[in-house]
Amino acid sequence: MSLAQITQVKALALAVPGDDIDTDRIIPARFLRCVTFDGLGEHAFRDERTGPDGKERAHPMNSAQAARIAAAKQGVMVVGFNFGCGSSREHAPQSLWRFGFTAFVGGSFAEIFFGNSTTLGVPCLTLSKEDLAECDAFVRANPNVEVTVDVANLTVSAGAKSWKADIAASARDGLVNGKWDPIADLLEGADSVAKTAGGLAYVAGK
Amino acid sequence: MAKTLFQKVWEAHTVRKLPNGQTQLFIGTHLIHEVTSPQAFGMLRDLGLKVKFPQRTFATVDHIVPTNELKEPYSDPIAQEMIEALRKNTKDYGIRFFDTTTGTQGIVHMVGPEQGITQPGTTIACGDSHTATHGAFGAIAFGIGTTQVRDVLATQTLALSPLKVRRIEVNGKLAPGVYAKDVILHIIRVLGVNGGIGYAYEYAGTTFDGFSLEERMTVCNMSIEGGARCGYVNPDQKTFDYIKGKPFAPKAADWDAAVARWASFASDPGCQYDDVKPFKAEDIRPTVTWGITPGQAVFIDEKMPALETLNAADRQTAEDAYAHMKLAPNTPIKGTKVDVCFLGSCTNGRISDLREVAKYLKGRKVSPSVKAIVVPGSQLTAIQAVHEGLDKIYIEAGFEWRGAGCSMCLAMNPDKLVGDQLCASSSNRNFKGRQGSQTGRTVLMSPLMVAAAAITGVVSDAREVFKV
Ligand code: SF4
Repeated sequence: MSLAQITQVKALALAVPGDDIDTDRIIPARFLRCVTFDGLGEHAFRDERTGPDGKERAHPMNSAQAARIAAAKQGVMVVGFNFGCGSSREHAPQSLWRFGFTAFVGGSFAEIFFGNSTTLGVPCLTLSKEDLAECDAFVRANPNVEVTVDVANLTVSAGAKSWKADIAASARDGLVNGKWDPIADLLEGADSVAKTAGGLAYVAGK
Repeated sequence: MAKTLFQKVWEAHTVRKLPNGQTQLFIGTHLIHEVTSPQAFGMLRDLGLKVKFPQRTFATVDHIVPTNELKEPYSDPIAQEMIEALRKNTKDYGIRFFDTTTGTQGIVHMVGPEQGITQPGTTIACGDSHTATHGAFGAIAFGIGTTQVRDVLATQTLALSPLKVRRIEVNGKLAPGVYAKDVILHIIRVLGVNGGIGYAYEYAGTTFDGFSLEERMTVCNMSIEGGARCGYVNPDQKTFDYIKGKPFAPKAADWDAAVARWASFASDPGCQYDDVKPFKAEDIRPTVTWGITPGQAVFIDEKMPALETLNAADRQTAEDAYAHMKLAPNTPIKGTKVDVCFLGSCTNGRISDLREVAKYLKGRKVSPSVKAIVVPGSQLTAIQAVHEGLDKIYIEAGFEWRGAGCSMCLAMNPDKLVGDQLCASSSNRNFKGRQGSQTGRTVLMSPLMVAAAAITGVVSDAREVFKV
């Protein structure tokens, strides 16, 4: 399986502010009633975007900027802290990715969301609190300026600005080397797997 | 060298180091359900791969099962499609399925322990964030995404990085009317909803020593709400007694060896933790959430926080929370009108929960303004409860007695809040829209507090209502 080497993502960005945004908000449970991930993109942040009366609410995902990202199928979402907490549903990053987001920049990410995104080839980079505030402000003020999420060099930059970014070393390594989906590596270890399994009595039901 | 349980389990299951520096970790037990597995089986088929250890994968159906119609086809055709997809996948790949027709179906985190599949010193993974529940037995149990479900199906391993270990030590005796649920809500309130990122939580201390396995499960269950990917309690005699005789427990000839092995996984005296956080049981009172994250909680006799007392980041979330909950800062939560009461979920849908509430419910009536439902977490729990006559006590009091499943914990089945109804709930998440209505409101609490709210029609102190 050969995968793209994701060294950087350069695209328009959308700020979706707020801390502790959980995956129930990103994709409400009723859209989990499905056996494929197809079509999830249009439901990203559904209940934040549409009121109970069915009318559109003021939400970044309803903006012209979001529409441009959806059309380009490329975009950077700038979020707050602990983004993607709660349920492990991979439907959450899947819906945002299918909507058009190909990178996330935030203060911190919930671990399962981070892992799910990485295995999709979608980098989640973190900035310091101050830098994130600056990046967020920049993105809102300059919707036409593309943001560069540089996974290889660990920076996020836009216009004349550049911020020092971070990502777990293993995720960075996987992304830049085109090995962000671990399945090939895991399959390669079959002999060692059999050995480990053989040393565990409970695997044999004992 | 003295080691933690986490380190010992990690070492025993390490297959090798991967090129990216992560560990290829063997997953001894894989649990699957209908929501997060179908896409994984799809990926497996696309890649032309087989299930590597079908005998170490166990399936159940919980999220979408209606709890008030037991006959198929279900009125929701998508729910029907999902259960049938799981039937087909488990049949195609030779996986044991605890189906609705077997009398053993239930919430995935109840089925593992009930069957004796959940054992100390093992690794467990499930495409569900509350997998940490199994840590109550001294297992290292991870919630994983769907692509990782594929990884485990295909290789019985995961690519993971080790976690730091934080020991959360609670000592002392809980006051009457204070439960395991209050302990974990309190811990999350103090350490924060993201305080556990990067950590496994080891719950210890005399309070945990005294807890039953079911109480330990309630606490471990909500580790993820505190940001921790897994949580565990060291195995002890209570753990072994609980497992003994269960269908998948080691049989007579293997039992003693299994117990010795299990005991050896407990954290060694003098081992190093990355962090230690002490709590006193006496400080904990019945706790309820007032906001839209599980960390936004107060003791029942406290006022909800005034905005001025919060730091800038918390304040923003709090403003959002107060607006959604239609509650006012700096006022008591006690006395808030309740519309729905939900007793169930993988946090508090076990037999001990149903027994404890039933003890106090006898002779009491649910307020006419409240819809109250009780959903046993598993068919075995439901059967046991009926055997003990608990169903009658609930029905007599005015609760609806339902079949087993997740139900109104996340409302993927027909049990949903309507409009801005407020639900007193024994579940684990109070996120916006969690219980099926975009404007619905959830107040998390212990099962007995749910019962107190059902009777009075308002958020109440169970200790007063039931003279605990
Ligand atoms: S009861 Fe709730 S939290 Fe538990 S598995 Fe079901 S939906 Fe998830």
